[in-house]
Amino acid sequence: MNVIRKISLAAVSATALASAAAAETELTMYYPIAVGGALTEVVDGIVADFEAANPDIKVNAIYSGNYDDTRVRALSALASGEPAQLAVMFSIDAYDLIEQDLIVAYEDIDGVNPDWLDNFYPALMANGRIEGKTWGIPFQRSTIVAYYNKDQFRAAGLDPEAPPKTWDELISMGKALTNDDTYGLMIPSTGYPYWMFQALAIQNGKEVMSDDGLTTYFDDEAVVDTLEFWQSLSQEHGIMPTGTVEWGTLRQAFLEGQTSMMWHSTGNLTAVKNNASFDFGVAELPANVRLGSPTGGGNFYVFKETSDEERAAAMKLIEFMTSPEQAAAWSIATGYMGVSPAAYETEALKSYTEEFPPALVARNQLENAVAEFSTFETARVREGLNNAIQAALTGTKSAEDALGEAQTSAVRLLRDYQ
Amino acid sequence: MAEHVNIERRRQAIYGWILLSPAAILLTTFAFYPSLATLWSSLFSRETRRRPSEFVGGENYTDLFADPTFWKVVVNNLIYAGATIPISIAIALSMALWANSKIPARGFVRTAYFTPTVLPMIAAANLWLFFYTPGLGVLDQIGSLFGLPSINWLGQPETALWAVIIVTIWKEAGFFMIFYLAALQTIPEDLKEAADIEGASRWTYTRRIVLPLLMPTTLFIMVNALINSVKLIDHLFILTKGGPNDASKLILYYIWEMAFAFFDAPHAAAMTILVLVVLGVVAGVKFTILDKRTHYQ
Amino acid sequence: MSGFSKHIESFGALLLAVIWISPLVFAFWAAFHSTSDAVNFNITSPWTLDNFRTAWEGAPWLRYFLNTFLLVTVILIGQFFVTTLAGFAFAQVQFPGRDFVFILVLMQLFILPEVLIVENYAMVSRLGLFDTILGVGMPYMASAFGIFLMRQAFKGVPIELHEAARVEGCGWFGILWRVYVPLARPTYLAYALVSVSTHWNNFLWPLIVTNSPDTRPLTVGLSIFGAPENGVDISVISAATMMSVAPLLIAFLVFQRQFVQAFLRAGIK
Repeated sequence: MNVIRKISLAAVSATALASAAAAETELTMYYPIAVGGALTEVVDGIVADFEAANPDIKVNAIYSGNYDDTRVRALSALASGEPAQLAVMFSIDAYDLIEQDLIVAYEDIDGVNPDWLDNFYPALMANGRIEGKTWGIPFQRSTIVAYYNKDQFRAAGLDPEAPPKTWDELISMGKALTNDDTYGLMIPSTGYPYWMFQALAIQNGKEVMSDDGLTTYFDDEAVVDTLEFWQSLSQEHGIMPTGTVEWGTLRQAFLEGQTSMMWHSTGNLTAVKNNASFDFGVAELPANVRLGSPTGGGNFYVFKETSDEERAAAMKLIEFMTSPEQAAAWSIATGYMGVSPAAYETEALKSYTEEFPPALVARNQLENAVAEFSTFETARVREGLNNAIQAALTGTKSAEDALGEAQTSAVRLLRDYQ
Repeated sequence: MAEHVNIERRRQAIYGWILLSPAAILLTTFAFYPSLATLWSSLFSRETRRRPSEFVGGENYTDLFADPTFWKVVVNNLIYAGATIPISIAIALSMALWANSKIPARGFVRTAYFTPTVLPMIAAANLWLFFYTPGLGVLDQIGSLFGLPSINWLGQPETALWAVIIVTIWKEAGFFMIFYLAALQTIPEDLKEAADIEGASRWTYTRRIVLPLLMPTTLFIMVNALINSVKLIDHLFILTKGGPNDASKLILYYIWEMAFAFFDAPHAAAMTILVLVVLGVVAGVKFTILDKRTHYQ
Repeated sequence: MSGFSKHIESFGALLLAVIWISPLVFAFWAAFHSTSDAVNFNITSPWTLDNFRTAWEGAPWLRYFLNTFLLVTVILIGQFFVTTLAGFAFAQVQFPGRDFVFILVLMQLFILPEVLIVENYAMVSRLGLFDTILGVGMPYMASAFGIFLMRQAFKGVPIELHEAARVEGCGWFGILWRVYVPLARPTYLAYALVSVSTHWNNFLWPLIVTNSPDTRPLTVGLSIFGAPENGVDISVISAATMMSVAPLLIAFLVFQRQFVQAFLRAGIK
């Protein structure tokens, strides 16, 4: 099957050389959304527009679920010889993808203009720039924002236009908002606990990893402090439920009024907007020492096992999808960010943000955003951190012990890469 | 004459192997060869950009033994087996005794017991997610009627594994009930009549006559339940993903995670071999000791 | 006294039945109500089909159904073929090494395909069967359980019938096809039920070897549908769950008696 494909490709390129006719290039792209549903239609629409503009390229988009599923799916396909030329995968998978020699840097693809790489928000490029090269182009990107229930703010006698700006306000307002039916705040601690934790740590003035992906700072005093602060939200201040808070069902809990504030991805914005039966607001995360949130979400990667034609076609697709107009349309449909300043200059996004200002919060927050947590062996190092966070939040271990253990195991995992 | 027998014997041998060949080829391809290949690859290090794969002997195994997560997962799986096997057998037995006795609405009762068996584990997990979700879930709603606080069943290390165990029991008890029902129907009616004449109570009859007669079935179910305690992990993908803090992670899930999420096939292979060894011991015990003692088959 | 304890027992049996069925009932109820009504238990709230509409549009369910159907069919045909031949060989043919090979086959009862996912995945890829329905089904075709079952069934066939057919000039395969297979029909039926319900519900292995909606069975589709990036909607998930279990569940409820009888009759004990 593969051989036949190769032969036919060779035949196609041979005829192309002979007649200079437009050869059809076929691209398989893995994409991290569930198949079917509203988002699929949006991506299908973009792809259809692209194919209409480029009749010589056929795009086969494979929707494969969430980020973890998509990575597993795409890499399984590559490992078993199925075609795949590009994918949108977790921005933080870059180290592992490089280490397994699966992706190619954009600087090494013929015809990529280095200036084009500067079109995007630098904060969104941070996760993809490794060892002096660019491996990921941002597309489905987010930051964490605070959603809050304005009705409940009013009911608690708080100003609905003044969400908490500092940790102290977060606690005092949280207390005012907490009652028998409602918690003041929920920060999810399953799914992506490390992401939320990183936001808190940045606000507390400390990054949890170095820029080269080789060192983690889990046992740093400020980091331990951060986890103790998170613990205290439920254990000391009682404004958050004890145990872990489910990532997947949190949006529902917020929509049901079970919590007055939730921290979640901007990717939820459109869904919250469509389903909230109350007046809600979106705010940047509060600060302790400084403001901050990690970025999140998916980047375009181009796989190494690709022909020059396929790479050229893939680049056309990526340039098309990240163009200001498409990025704007995507942002409006989902709540994810427009990836370049130019996207926010388009008519479509301008009028949308005028009418619905919360759509700008994530972008504004980019000023203070840092790269999402990512190291070599990232899946396992991250798992260690996730476990430490959950152990501390569920009261199994003290913050210091839990993070100390995570640090020890991270050091062990990263030793081979020093 | 002797020659004729010889030819006949040879012919039978050829027929035998021809008949067996599809099974032999498939079993070799998907069971025996992969087992050996797993053993082989468990002796090599993982290949990365910096370091090619090399022979490391037992290093992957010592890594595992030094890995606290591995031990946690082993203990979890022991608890999982230790809870699901006896509890689901006990429930299955009660179900069978009830479903076999004259009680009102017996048809409904039987159907209710057996229904979970025909559901995919993934679907079952979705149903139970609705039960367990804190604040919104059925359990919490019921609890709040009695003024109980909201309990985060899947989000606490003390309860997460048990939440998973309950789903497993719910899923498999009805299946085991069928086997008990089958066995109960082979018990002759006159035994019951004789017991009645002797004036034995129902409980005595059950304990002294029914249970011993059900022994072979119980052993069969036990082996099945044991195998299930290794392979029934689908619901983890929906309910907990092994969390929080690995509190509900089971071995097969960890193997999957190691191989397909961490891309560390050698360690996954080493773990697979350990599981196979345990299963091999169970198989040995079953075929040699148990089968002889119970005259089962 | 005995009457009283009998009532207690009946009550216990009924209570257990209600508990056992309640997750399904709740999900059924939730599937027909808006999410907000479902999580707040507004018993009197209006019924709606919206969740089913949303769920139906959310994934190519028909395709998933078809895949699952093809998968269980392919597996069943393969299993019938392989286990019939092997079961017959073990039951009625004398050849050297038979007992040893039989023990090897029984070993496979414990070398679970589920445990060998890593190498089996590599094997299926090598054979070019990754992301094909055949690739999902192949590892299950030589089922030790099935071989064992067929062997038992064939052993119960009276040798006179075998001889009679031979006298009439039937070859080995003719005897197998005309005498043994028809007589083992109840075993085939029971085995088919077990096989179909097992593979209809199988998840881990299909999760690993399917990669696209064109091959993905219902269980994998349901799990992906149920775990989107940004959060779940309980009523819609319930609706999707109901949809995906409905065919097997309805078949079970309609054919319940036959279903259970088949289990019992096949002597799977």
